[in-house]
Amino acid sequence: MASTPSPARVSIYDAAAANRVRTAVLLVSFVFIVVVLAYFVGEYLAGGSGVAIVPIAFLIAVGSAWVSYFAGDKLILAQSRARELGPDEEKVLRDITETLAVGLGVPAPRLYVIEDSAPNAFATGRDPAHASLVVTRGLLQKMDRTELEGVLAHELSHVGNRDIRVMLLVTVLVGTVALIADMAWRAMFWGGGSRGRDRDRGGGGAILAIVALVLLVISPIIAQLIQLAVSRQREYLADASGALLTRYPPGLASALRKIAADTEVLEAANKATASLYIANPLKDAPAFFDHLFDTHPPIEERIRRLEAMG
Amino acid sequence: MEAVVIAVVVVAVVLFFVSTYNRLVTLRQRVKEAWADIDVQLKRRHDLIPNLVETVKGYATHESTVFQNVTQARAAAVAAGATASPQERAQAENVLTGALRSVFAVAENYPQLQAVQEFKDLSENLTATEDKIAFARRFYNGNVRDYNTSLQTFPTNLFADAFGFKPEEYFELAEAGEREAPQVKF
Repeated sequence: MASTPSPARVSIYDAAAANRVRTAVLLVSFVFIVVVLAYFVGEYLAGGSGVAIVPIAFLIAVGSAWVSYFAGDKLILAQSRARELGPDEEKVLRDITETLAVGLGVPAPRLYVIEDSAPNAFATGRDPAHASLVVTRGLLQKMDRTELEGVLAHELSHVGNRDIRVMLLVTVLVGTVALIADMAWRAMFWGGGSRGRDRDRGGGGAILAIVALVLLVISPIIAQLIQLAVSRQREYLADASGALLTRYPPGLASALRKIAADTEVLEAANKATASLYIANPLKDAPAFFDHLFDTHPPIEERIRRLEAMG
Repeated sequence: MEAVVIAVVVVAVVLFFVSTYNRLVTLRQRVKEAWADIDVQLKRRHDLIPNLVETVKGYATHESTVFQNVTQARAAAVAAGATASPQERAQAENVLTGALRSVFAVAENYPQLQAVQEFKDLSENLTATEDKIAFARRFYNGNVRDYNTSLQTFPTNLFADAFGFKPEEYFELAEAGEREAPQVKF
């Protein structure tokens, strides 16, 4: 397409600037969603006063955004059972990472390993100076040098593009919205008895109660869809900038092929963290929701695009 | 009415100059940062060489010209690091690369040396540093290209010079077998 700038022309600076805007939009809409959700649920479902809930919801939303920004990476690393590598462990991995980081003008990230034989990798952190790169033992065992270079260049592109911050926030915030919706469901059933004592609201109240119910059901789904939409395009871009960095697209293509052929499930990954990885670690593809709920673009398509780069 | 039009035009022109000026400053700053990355790697290279020379000397006692050459080339490269332009530095580094090659060529004639752990570590470190120099150079040249392109395209080229923005030099090393950049099409 003529109107789309080719990623070759998109420097990490452009991508980083776009991601700064995205981060702001994400944070504001997260707080907004939580507050609106809390208001409707409090007012019309749980039988309390929505207005009274708003400041509490606001504090919770801002608080969890704060925590996910500054400690989200540690939560994700702990949940993935990742162990930090000492300075003398995995010399080759460290050498390649440091070299590629120089090529992107970012500091070398801290390195972690997950002791699992399924080959996969991800990067996280709030900015390049606080970035962590995680690989599985399986990746180190099953990839040759050019393949490992391809995977690491892809992950470092996420770091350079500041994708890691957006992905980190999305991961933790989507989890929080789901948690709040879940709590609201409980509150609704507990608060159900008190509804009779409420002052009469008439027909308008009933309609709003339905709005509240619908909001409650769809907000986690919307949050999930945002996460997916954000992550798919990002993978293509990181593939392209990774290939530009190593100047060897077949390396990453071959790594993706190996990862796709591997049938092992990564035990330490879950629905929330799946979209961080270079390829879907869960290996689940329910036919019905097929493309809507994919966390990653189809691996064949990614390989095809890499091969087209020549 | 006329006054309003004039005011709008003046504001637009001022905004244009301010934003162009700031963009050029940002781009030039990126070039400087990228240059600092190259500098770090070149210094590391210079630091490794004396140890390498000492280690090889211990085995290859009769090759004093080779060692003199590399020591001189290193001194010249270090001196160039203090003041010289990117092009001059690249020239000094190329001479050093040539001198280093002959050291390794000499080392090949001494099988005992190849087995020494210190020599292995040094040559491994040196190879890793050369890789980093290559990547740092690519990053630097990319930033120089962005900056120079901005300077030389219309209408910025009309006044960039007046604001004191000068094109930056590329850092070109003589290197065989450099991989070509892949074509990215979407």
